[in-house]
Amino acid sequence: MELKTHISVQNLNVFYGNEQALKNISIDIPDKKITAIIGPSGCGKTTLLKSFNRLINTIDEVKVSGKVFVDGENIFEKKADVNRIRKKMGLLSQKPYPLPMSIFDNVAYGPRIHGMNDKKKLSAIVEKYLIEANLWDELKDRLHSPASKLSVGQQQRLCLARGLAVEPEIILGDEPTSALDPRSSKHIEERFLALKNDYTVIIVTHILRQAKRLADYVVFLYLGELIEHGPAKEIFENPQMEMTKEYIKGVIS
Amino acid sequence: MNNRILKEKFVGKIMLILVIFSGVLILIMGIALYIKARPILAVKPFWELMFSLSWHPLRGEFGFLPFIMGTLWVTGIAVIIAIPFSILSAIYLSEYASKFVREWTKPLVDLLAGIPSVVYGIWGVLVIVPLIKNHIAPFFGTFSTGYSVLSAGIVLSIMVFPIIIHISLEVFNSVSNGMKEASLALGATKWQTVKYVVIRKAMPGVIAAIVLGLSRAFGETMAVLMVAGNVAKIPSSALDPGYPLPALIANNYGEMLSIPLYDSALMLASLVLLLVVLFFNIISRIVLIRVEKSTQ
Ligand SMILES: Nc1ncnc2c1ncn2[C@@H]1O[C@H](COP(=O)(O)OP(=O)(O)OP(=O)(O)O)[C@@H](O)[C@H]1O
Ligand SMILES: [Mg+2]
Repeated sequence: MELKTHISVQNLNVFYGNEQALKNISIDIPDKKITAIIGPSGCGKTTLLKSFNRLINTIDEVKVSGKVFVDGENIFEKKADVNRIRKKMGLLSQKPYPLPMSIFDNVAYGPRIHGMNDKKKLSAIVEKYLIEANLWDELKDRLHSPASKLSVGQQQRLCLARGLAVEPEIILGDEPTSALDPRSSKHIEERFLALKNDYTVIIVTHILRQAKRLADYVVFLYLGELIEHGPAKEIFENPQMEMTKEYIKGVIS
Repeated sequence: MNNRILKEKFVGKIMLILVIFSGVLILIMGIALYIKARPILAVKPFWELMFSLSWHPLRGEFGFLPFIMGTLWVTGIAVIIAIPFSILSAIYLSEYASKFVREWTKPLVDLLAGIPSVVYGIWGVLVIVPLIKNHIAPFFGTFSTGYSVLSAGIVLSIMVFPIIIHISLEVFNSVSNGMKEASLALGATKWQTVKYVVIRKAMPGVIAAIVLGLSRAFGETMAVLMVAGNVAKIPSSALDPGYPLPALIANNYGEMLSIPLYDSALMLASLVLLLVVLFFNIISRIVLIRVEKSTQ
């Protein structure tokens, strides 16, 4: 498999206070593929994901060392423009967090804060991304009702549309289906498969079957260390490390 | 099992009774004040009393307008100062301040709430009154003794800071991290996130905080009485003295009661104060419900 690198992590260490959550991680995340980060609970998956868009820096008492290159730019450099970096990435969290406003305003929020004010263009953007998130038909008649009234599955797709509306290159998902029912999960998974042609997708998941269904590339973390990474096929069919074998067989969980 | 259900019902009933009791208490107070105020209402119609300017108890003239205006001036000034200061402080403490600053400031703010109002009054007399007399009034090219609705407003605003800061801080803290992260992850700056998400989400709670602060401001007596000047005339500027309703009641009740109808007039003043606070609370409740609907 020919892989172009999109995000390159070099010697990344993250500390919460005195506790080290990530230990000297170095990986290259391939461009326009789905990368799954797997590993048991508490191994640092969310921490790694939040390092990619520097949300990690919003937490009290966090220390980060090392480099993360996105499109060749080290995002942890002092003069890096955090807001521009974050705009490059859409985030789907474990639980959907619709903003306290209408469905329309949720999707238009990103473009608006980045200076887009043209009403017609905003309407077009909202429509385009609601279609892309597979929500348009369900919601087109009540765009101006509060987003909090939607079902959780709809909210998660709305969050996807909201993330896509800032035209990111990368989509980060932190167990994006864990709060959803099977049907909504399937919806989201289908979206991811459709999106990988245009976006680099990185999802955290602890559902191995989901990783098998979606991932082209797999990163396995254990207790803050990077144990193994590689194309999904190799990791699932022929893991090199003992730990990975055990995790995939379901011995460690 | 049965026992548990019984307890549940019992506790529920007790709480209901307590709630009803506190509601009824206001009603009883209102009725009692009304009965006491009846003698003066029998002589003069209510609206005439409310809109009359002349306060000459010896001549039997009891016009309340100067006192109502005094209350509105003092409360208005206090609110104009207190709202921006305390809300910005609360935002700073919840969103920007380091853990260290946060943990030291919170108890200090709460401490402010526990200082007796006489102390605020003395501080007003010693600091604010001279400040206005010697610096602020000359700056605007006028004369003021310093005892003015502005002094009272400033002192009062500081007294309501802790209430508004404390409650709105709780409200800002209750906005989930996930929601803030959702906004930040879209590339919004911290200030944009605060402005469009945190404040929006917290708005109903912030309004409730302001209402509680205001209710205190309406009724606060001691500190205001010490610095407001207590002249029964409608203030024509912030530098003029004023005579708020609570000060009128506190200054005169028990002293001038030999004058006919005076006692009844003071009771009416209390009733008016009660109604003003009640009216204000009802209005803000309506606003609150509206806002809650629009920020879901
Ligand atoms: N805000 C925080 N403050 C202190 N420690 C934290 C914080 N967030 C995470 N940790 C710790 O860092 C380690 C890694 O946490 P992280 O959330 O990245 O794990 P995870 O792999 O996402 O787990 P899960 O599958 O349960 O979501 C854990 O030991 C956790 O206790
Ligand atoms: Mg996690």
